[in-house]
Order: sequence, then structure tokens, then C-alpha cells
Amino acid sequence: MAGETRAWFEITRDVLRAHNVRLIPYVPDNVLRPLIALLEADPFFTVFTCTREEEAVGIACGAWMAGTHAMVLMQTSGFATLPNVLASLPVPFQIPILLMVSERGTLGEFNIGQTLVARTMRPALDSLAMEHHTLSRVDEVEFIIERSIRQAVATHQPATFILSPLLTGGKVF
Amino acid sequence: MSGHLNQPRTRADAKVMDRFNLTQRMVGKLKREEAVIGGIGWSNFDLWAVGHRPQNFYMLGSMGLAVPIALGVAIAQPARKVIALEGDGSILMQLGCLATVGARAPRNLAIIILDNGGYQITGGQVAASELGADIVAIARGAGITQSAWAADEAHFEELVDRALTEDGPWLIGCRINNNKPVATTERDPSLIRDRFMRGMGVKA
Repeated sequence: MAGETRAWFEITRDVLRAHNVRLIPYVPDNVLRPLIALLEADPFFTVFTCTREEEAVGIACGAWMAGTHAMVLMQTSGFATLPNVLASLPVPFQIPILLMVSERGTLGEFNIGQTLVARTMRPALDSLAMEHHTLSRVDEVEFIIERSIRQAVATHQPATFILSPLLTGGKVF
Repeated sequence: MSGHLNQPRTRADAKVMDRFNLTQRMVGKLKREEAVIGGIGWSNFDLWAVGHRPQNFYMLGSMGLAVPIALGVAIAQPARKVIALEGDGSILMQLGCLATVGARAPRNLAIIILDNGGYQITGGQVAASELGADIVAIARGAGITQSAWAADEAHFEELVDRALTEDGPWLIGCRINNNKPVATTERDPSLIRDRFMRGMGVKA
């Protein structure tokens, strides 16, 4: 981990592969572009867009129950559409889906709507008692994702990774 | 489904049938451990009432997600037929998923819409499906070309037979009456999930 030479998205790809997380339903985001491109280029993964984040969570939950682990990609404003389905599907049914959220609304945001909705994300996760980690340093990405996947599967609970602009550079204007 | 695509042409031409009766007819045709995802409320109550199968999943909340959950199962197990049993109010809440199904074109997925034209479980408020929104036409427009209204019970059985034996995706629209469900599904999410995973062969 010290002396890490890979980018965050390459590390993410490698950890997902190592843990057999094959299905990636997503709603697009600019910061996630390099990760989406890497996963789409790799036949190990099934990667496709959904019309809403809720739909992607439903697909991920169905896939887990039928034997395929999935991670849903989205941005902060998309996460804000999810509390109802998180509270009625993966959390109570104990389904260890993974969520990766590109964080907008902070550290140089230009859209006030994004700054406001971003503040609802961690309180929503905390109030659902959902495990979540903010990835801000490239040398911590592998450890956090790898340990969290193991924990999610072992405890039958979903896990969320928040990609800080400190890690990704964010979206600048 | 070329012989049936225009028969009946619209929702108005389809016979109003009974949910429990249709669910019984559908379940009676399941011989190969097909998965069934029951949407919230009366859709899955009657699925439960017909008799529990290990391959049944019953939703509790997450309204509108029967089709996405079924799509996830269908992607994970392409050799198994998967049926989403969903109400008109529920699918109207998540119409985008029909576009995703149209785009992915899963061969092993069938969607059955039980359309009573309203939100019966909340007191019978009228839904857009009663006021001109034709879900079969919407599904065709979303790219699910094999979409049809069931003219009557016999036609419903014929459509289910095709959906279980020929490549999908399929969408079968059924107009139903407002009869109350025969029973109420046991509300125990972790038990429902565990039994379904065993039914899917994921857990021993």
C-alpha cells in the first residue's frame, strides 16, 4: 500500500476482481468515468447504465440473491434518491450490495443544489446504521474496499464507499 | 408473439380477470424452478396465498423494484426463467426499468403486470393506467417488443406458456378486478431472502 503506483480506479478494479464482484449497474458521473471505462474494457465485468439509482440497487440485490455480487456506481445527488429502497430492501433483507458514490457538493462545488443535497448523505447512511467509508487517500483505497467487502459479506449488510475530491480531484469549474 | 401482438389492441379490449385466479394459473405452469419476484402489496399476497415455493421472493416496500430485482436474478442465472409479478401503480413508479429491460433484452425474463387501474391497498385511488396510460404500449415503446394484453384467461395461459419456453423479454398485461387478496405474506425479510437464496441454489 505504501508506494502505491496505481490510480484509485485501477485499485478499485483489482479489488473487485479479486473478490468476484462482477456486476456494475450504474448511473453516470464524470468523476467515475475512468473507473467505468476500465470496467467496461474488462470482460470479467458486466457494466451497464440504469435510468435511476433505485433501479440499480434493485438489480444488485436480485443478482446477489442469485449468486452474483454487484457494486452500484452513482454520484451524491443520486444517492439522495435512495433512502426508501435502502431501508426496505438491502438493509432489512440483509443483502451485502456495495455502493460507490462520487462525492460532489464540497471542496469547490459550483452548483448550490449539489452542496445542499450532499449534506444529507452521511446522516442518511448513519441513520440507517449503514457501514460507510470516505476514500480520500490513494494508499488507503485497497485496504478500505477489501476489508469492507469482506465485512459486508460476513455480516450480510451493504457497504458504501464515498469518493472524496481529495482522492479523485472532483469536478472543477 | 406475432400472432398476439394486436390481440387485444388496447387495455380497453382486455377482459377484467381475477388476481388470485391468474396467479394460480401462472404458478401451476412452473415446473423448472422458475424464479418469481412478487411486487409489494396484493401482487405478492396472492403469490403467497397460492402456496409458497422456495423460488418465490416477496417484496416489503421498495415499491416499483420487482422488475429490477427480477432483472438482477435473470442476469446472474441466465439458464433460469425469471418472472416479475408487478402492479400497475408500482410499475408506473419505475417506468425507466422497462427501458433498461428493453436495452438489455434478457432472454429469460418475463414481466406480468396486474392492472386494476388504481391504488387499491391505499383506498382505491385512481391510477394513470385507468386514465389512458397503456402499460403494454409503454413497454413496447421502451423496446420490449413482445408485450401484449391477455385477452382472457385462456390467452393468459398461452402467453405464459410462450414466455416460459421462448426467448424473452416478455411483458404480459392483465386487467384485474379489485378483489382482496386471499392471504397476507409472512413479513420476515431475512427469512424470505434466505429461503429464496436456497431456492436459487446459491445456499446449500
